Amino acid sequence: MAAGSFWKKHENLYFAVTNRKVLFGVLMFTAILLLSVIGPFLTPYEYDEFAGPGYQPPSKDHWFGTTLQGRDVYTGVVYGLRSTLLVGFLAGTIASAIGLVVGFISGYNGGRAADEGLMMLTNVFMVIPSLALLILLSAYLPYRGIVTQSLIVSATAWPWTARAVRSQTMSLRNQEFVNLSRISGLSVFRILKEDIAANMFSYVFMVYILQFNGTILASVGLEFLGLGPTRGISLGLILQNAVNWNALHLGMWWWIIIPGLLLTLLIVSLYFINTGLDEVFNPRLREM
Amino acid sequence: MSAEKILKLEELRAYYRVLKGDVKALDGVSLHVKRGEILGVAGESGCGKSTLANTLILRKRPLQHISGKALFLGKDLMTMPEEEFRKMRFRQISIIPQYALDALSPTKKIRTFITDMAHEHEIETNAAFFGKVAERFAMVNLDQNVLNKYPIELSGGMKQRVVMIISTLMNPDLVIADEITSALDVSSQRFAATMLMELRDQGIIGSAIFITHDISILYQVADRLLIMYAGHVVETGPVEELIQNPRHPYTQALIRSLPKVGAQINEERLEGIKGTPPELLDIGSGCRFRFRCPYQTEKCLQTPETTHINENHSLACWHFEEIGSERVG
Amino acid sequence: MSALVDKQGKTPIIAAENLSKTFSSGVFIREKTAAVQGASFEMFPGTVFSLIGESGSGKTTIGKLILKLIKPTSGRLLYRGQDITEIKGKNALRNYYRKVQGIFQDPFSSFNPLFRVDRVFDMVYDVFLPHEKNRAERTAEVLKSVNLNPERILHQFPHQLSGGQLQRLLIARSLLLDVDVLVADELISMLDASTRMGILNLLVDICHERGMSILFITHDLALGYYISDYTLIMHRGRLVEKGATEKIYNNPVHPYTKMLFNSVPDIGHKWDKNEKFIPEHVDREIDAFYRKNSGQGFDYVDTDHGVLFSLE
Repeated sequence: MAAGSFWKKHENLYFAVTNRKVLFGVLMFTAILLLSVIGPFLTPYEYDEFAGPGYQPPSKDHWFGTTLQGRDVYTGVVYGLRSTLLVGFLAGTIASAIGLVVGFISGYNGGRAADEGLMMLTNVFMVIPSLALLILLSAYLPYRGIVTQSLIVSATAWPWTARAVRSQTMSLRNQEFVNLSRISGLSVFRILKEDIAANMFSYVFMVYILQFNGTILASVGLEFLGLGPTRGISLGLILQNAVNWNALHLGMWWWIIIPGLLLTLLIVSLYFINTGLDEVFNPRLREM
Repeated sequence: MSAEKILKLEELRAYYRVLKGDVKALDGVSLHVKRGEILGVAGESGCGKSTLANTLILRKRPLQHISGKALFLGKDLMTMPEEEFRKMRFRQISIIPQYALDALSPTKKIRTFITDMAHEHEIETNAAFFGKVAERFAMVNLDQNVLNKYPIELSGGMKQRVVMIISTLMNPDLVIADEITSALDVSSQRFAATMLMELRDQGIIGSAIFITHDISILYQVADRLLIMYAGHVVETGPVEELIQNPRHPYTQALIRSLPKVGAQINEERLEGIKGTPPELLDIGSGCRFRFRCPYQTEKCLQTPETTHINENHSLACWHFEEIGSERVG
Repeated sequence: MSALVDKQGKTPIIAAENLSKTFSSGVFIREKTAAVQGASFEMFPGTVFSLIGESGSGKTTIGKLILKLIKPTSGRLLYRGQDITEIKGKNALRNYYRKVQGIFQDPFSSFNPLFRVDRVFDMVYDVFLPHEKNRAERTAEVLKSVNLNPERILHQFPHQLSGGQLQRLLIARSLLLDVDVLVADELISMLDASTRMGILNLLVDICHERGMSILFITHDLALGYYISDYTLIMHRGRLVEKGATEKIYNNPVHPYTKMLFNSVPDIGHKWDKNEKFIPEHVDREIDAFYRKNSGQGFDYVDTDHGVLFSLE
């Protein structure tokens, strides 16, 4: 039987776990993930309570110091990390799912009505300035939770995936092995699954990571503008507060730098994984 | 009678050094090119003919020169400092690359491409220069307005002509034509191959090395033929003699497998060669054709020396005398 | 009425009547390319047909039309007298593919790189022969007839095999079914000279043994001459000359055919060095030819030899 796909993935798995960039990225991401999961258990405070005197640099009681209002920065950061990651995951998944479906259908029907129609829709979404759309949507909704924010952010993120998946599908569809499957009487679904999607696995995986990253950045951007979730806390929100209260001018580096650094490390770790995977999946890029 | 040898390769070795080991793509190649001749270098995939072009002109890692000389106009190209070689490239030794389509950037007009190339090699692009370009274009039936076109507006054959003209603008002593006909239609193939001969006949180029897998085309335009197999030179000689009377078993089998217009399968059945060329990674010594050769013996475990049948015809096979000749028709 | 003589009085297995295919891109900005225009020809069992043309001639499009990978814009394509555009629906299509198969140019592109090569056989069993209990035996049988060793080949990945081996696998695959028509699109152009002959000889053997009809699409005239009984010459989407191979090669009428034969390098003769040969001039000659014979359309100069004298 066609057990080939397992073996092929096996070889890639070997390269994936030995690739330095991938390892580095995975380690860093896992560390941050652990922080978000376990971190909250290590703090006695709530993120929005008055935890102590304000304007405190990092100390034994307040590992990341306190804000101007006396809130514990560490607590805020670890809870905020949770919601930021959650948004990235939700929005990234939704955007990827929509993009994949649209991309597949469009690409497989390249040049025909379905493709034209879907591409028009995609182009419309792409042309709308995403920030403007995000601001509009966010401003109009009085209550914004994490799910809502994810939906909003994914609405502007999916077109990019759709176009990328479409072009990959189209080029794969022109491969002779797809034609061979067609003249072997294979069903369209089986062709999409075995010939097209399977050959795009690495690509799709990487696209997902990029979406994850992109949606995190988009949501941070929104939060920075004050259009984040109306309840709860996130890294973007902390940063927004810090900037609003002139943290840097006041010398409260811990309020801005620490959350900012964590956010940066999160994004960077994912980029490392992606770049490393690019080498894994594309043998020509592997270090000689 | 005995023309000057403008290129002389002596036991040239160039390997691709990769993680796994050495791919011995060129392993002790000796050849020469006389002034005014077209040497056809033929062989199948993996024989080393493209590596030959790369070694002489481009030399990109992981391809590395291991040993042996490449004497061009008396100077060894392999040990020449990069600066000196840069000056020679395009002026005295030039390459007509394989994929004309890739060589031309799609966003530049032909004129821009030519100007850039000229400036890169410190050539002034004045009226005299473009006058020469126009003259050469006319030779290959290209109109002047081609200069204002983008590559996408030209056919494959026309692009190949443009590249041929540009590569030979400075009247090089030696031109390396790397598979210039392979991606072309039949009609353009004839034109490109004949053009190479024309350029030589008119003294615009001195000599040429015409690298291709298509022996039938070499029969039309080359003076001498050199057959390569898996990094070794197996036979060299005047083209007429090699086609009519090949002596190396590989050459014999190769010529035997060429279809001729006029012979159908029910009249005369042609045969291919069973098997495939060997892997060149860390390959050992010995004749590399022995795995597919019907005449192979223990002696073939030693790399054959090059023997001369006559002044112009040489080959590398221990058993060629016993095998005898295969005179074609 | 076709002047191509029916072989042994049989009806043509494939017949094209004024077949045309125009590609258009864009829903609103319609850019049209006429890939094939008004092609008419017949194919008979037990015969090898060469379809010869350069790039842009439409030869690959004809192959794809026969394999139902694309639909004709106008004209008819008949299989055993039935219009193949009427073959719709899963079952009808499968029955068609039971009898009509193809092999493509690039052996490495013809195999899904993620799977082992035995998948191409499994696909055929799954769809056409689901009740076959002795898959391994049947596969071994067809592999032997193409000189491949099942044990050494079946469990490899495509990139581990050579182009020649992959093409043989694809030929074997088409032997699993009792195929009437085989479309071989530039089957050997990506193979080395030494490998080509073996594949070609094999193709002709199975054609004669099984009474298949093979359409050998190529740009290589010498190979076309070697293996085919009938030749079809295409230029810019039109069938310009067709007939028995020997008749066409010995007496080409259309200026394009003449130019082709003139340009093919062959170790049997040398090009005329005095002849100033310019590819673009052929178009002028063709136009002059059409003008001179205006109104004649497609006509026969002999029982097995037809020429396009003008475009009407």
